[in-house]
Amino acid sequence: MAAMTLYDKIWNAHLVAEGDGESILYIDLHLIHEVTTPQAFAGLRAAGRPVRRPDRTLAVADHNVPTEGQALGAGAVADEEARLQLLTLERNVAENGIEYFPMGDLRNGIVHVVGPEQGRTQPGMTIVCGDSHTSTHGAFGALAQGIGTSEVEHVLATQTLRQAKSKNMRVTIDGAPAPGVGAKDFALAVIGAIGTAGGTGHVIEYAGEAIRALSMEGRMTLCNLTIEAGARAGLVAPDAATFDYIRGRPAAPKGAAWDMAVAHWKSFFSDEDAVFDREIVLDAATIAPLVTWGTSPEDVMPIDGRVPDPASFSTPDKRASAARALDYMGLVAGQPIAEAKIDRVFIGSCTNSRIEDLRAAAAVVQKAFLEGRLVAPHVRAMVVPGSGLVKEQAESEGLDAIFKAAGFDWREPGCSMCLGMNPDRLAPGERCASTSNRNFEGRQGRGGRTHLLSPAMAAAAAIAGHLTDVRDFI
Amino acid sequence: MKPFTRIDAKAAPLALSNIDTDQIIPKQFLKTVDRLGLSKGLFYDFRFDEAGQEKPDFVLNQPAYKDAGVLIAGDNFGCGSSREHAPWALLDFGISCVISTSFADIFYNNCFQNGLLPVVLPAQAVEDLMAQARGGNHVISVDLTAQTVTAPDGQVYGFEIDPSRRHKMLNGLDAIGETLQKAPDIDVYESARALDTPWLERA
Repeated sequence: MAAMTLYDKIWNAHLVAEGDGESILYIDLHLIHEVTTPQAFAGLRAAGRPVRRPDRTLAVADHNVPTEGQALGAGAVADEEARLQLLTLERNVAENGIEYFPMGDLRNGIVHVVGPEQGRTQPGMTIVCGDSHTSTHGAFGALAQGIGTSEVEHVLATQTLRQAKSKNMRVTIDGAPAPGVGAKDFALAVIGAIGTAGGTGHVIEYAGEAIRALSMEGRMTLCNLTIEAGARAGLVAPDAATFDYIRGRPAAPKGAAWDMAVAHWKSFFSDEDAVFDREIVLDAATIAPLVTWGTSPEDVMPIDGRVPDPASFSTPDKRASAARALDYMGLVAGQPIAEAKIDRVFIGSCTNSRIEDLRAAAAVVQKAFLEGRLVAPHVRAMVVPGSGLVKEQAESEGLDAIFKAAGFDWREPGCSMCLGMNPDRLAPGERCASTSNRNFEGRQGRGGRTHLLSPAMAAAAAIAGHLTDVRDFI
Repeated sequence: MKPFTRIDAKAAPLALSNIDTDQIIPKQFLKTVDRLGLSKGLFYDFRFDEAGQEKPDFVLNQPAYKDAGVLIAGDNFGCGSSREHAPWALLDFGISCVISTSFADIFYNNCFQNGLLPVVLPAQAVEDLMAQARGGNHVISVDLTAQTVTAPDGQVYGFEIDPSRRHKMLNGLDAIGETLQKAPDIDVYESARALDTPWLERA
């Protein structure tokens, strides 16, 4: 048999029917949330179609939940439209027998934090969700992709997805990163190298010693941002770190089933002589702590660099987009990016709200605190754990106390200021050091200026009051 | 879904790369449980200032393009969030075709679910159409049957499209209905899968 990639193997294992263009792919796990499902359930209801596999569907409320007062329940959400959407989800899951972690439940949180945390995300699976950052789950060697609402309806009705197969791309990162450099920087480096459309039409598998050395949290950050490189899915082949992470979680297989599952999972890797349509190789040692300067995640630069000149871009379109981005961001070509004074810091989102992210940020804050430094007086900084369980874990480790003592706001879980659908958002002109995933115009609030960076970099920026090199803090 | 066969419509030029779905429809318009009425949010921050007044400079606010049916855009249109509200808003506004050099994958898929035709053309063709769309006569024809775009000056550009998607689009077919005809295949797959990965069976 011809050598296969990890993606080929998962694809083949889920083929229900093969077509010349589109094939029908079985879906093992369907994660749903309040924003991209109401029209799908309405469509099913109108057509009289049942949900085929409620047991393979899991619902959370994350996008428009407020990050305080969650114990009061959806009925107490002040925003009328958000409340209606949350209550609509509650009704839809109840009517269809779908497991649901409501707002305020310890198990609730950002959908891409909850799936892995519950052990629902497993190697070799196909996973979909009406959210582009579903690519996160690829960290476990699962083919995980974001879909639109019509496709959500299709999966609810058929437990399958119609799709044309993507091409294979491999990104190899060898070497060891310098202190202060991690998964977020790897991801931004990849996006900077290939552009936001660089992965279009591909599934990206990450390989190399720097990837193997990443924790599961780090791999999730990397796969999460794969969509910002244009690829629908990112993959890391499962290994001991993967199995250790899953072991003992609520939905993890137990007893004899565990051994059977691990044997199955171990079959998901790219054959040595598998051929990739495109290969990219990076050296971790050459990656500096990175930050975005513009309004696209590909607008990446090292923290010790200067803002680029729009005239330096290759095409008229790109020059126009860069000039527009600098104007929007309130930056000037040639200025050192580390001089940019910030107003807000956001540590959270499906990219960087897991326990390891909070530990990395807290370590920077604690060291500064012991030197007598707090969050800069003009900065409002917030930490939003990815789930109730992450919040609980962080509190048991005393991380909340460190953040609060230094002047951070410690919030309840949710998507929060990543997308500004809930009360957490930027005011026009505010500049934010953000661990989230998108620096698009208006993403975090109309007129808001977002700089993407790692949790440690965000923590350092909060203390300094401007973007700054985390290497000076560790 | 409304079938798409051919349109003759005004084309509006939007010469920016990487127009993301947050720009096509900002988050405040996603808190709806309906598919309709989203045109009010289309390109909201481009169309309206902070006071909610129309920005006269934006192309879709100009009298010549207010009733545009085709959008000509820069590279990588529709990147970012998976929100299907983006094609819903475009359609609700009256735009049923977008022409670019490239589209982001999820947006591209979402278009086909709704009868919005995304047309991929080479950079030179998009530049030409962009230039002509800026001119006085900016009515173009997009013919899905023939797989052609005809510029105002009569220049014809052919485009490629997946045959099964083209078929569904031309006939306005419902993908779910089509897949449900394969329900026996899904049953067979599920039975086999239950033996391979029994730990995933939660019932």
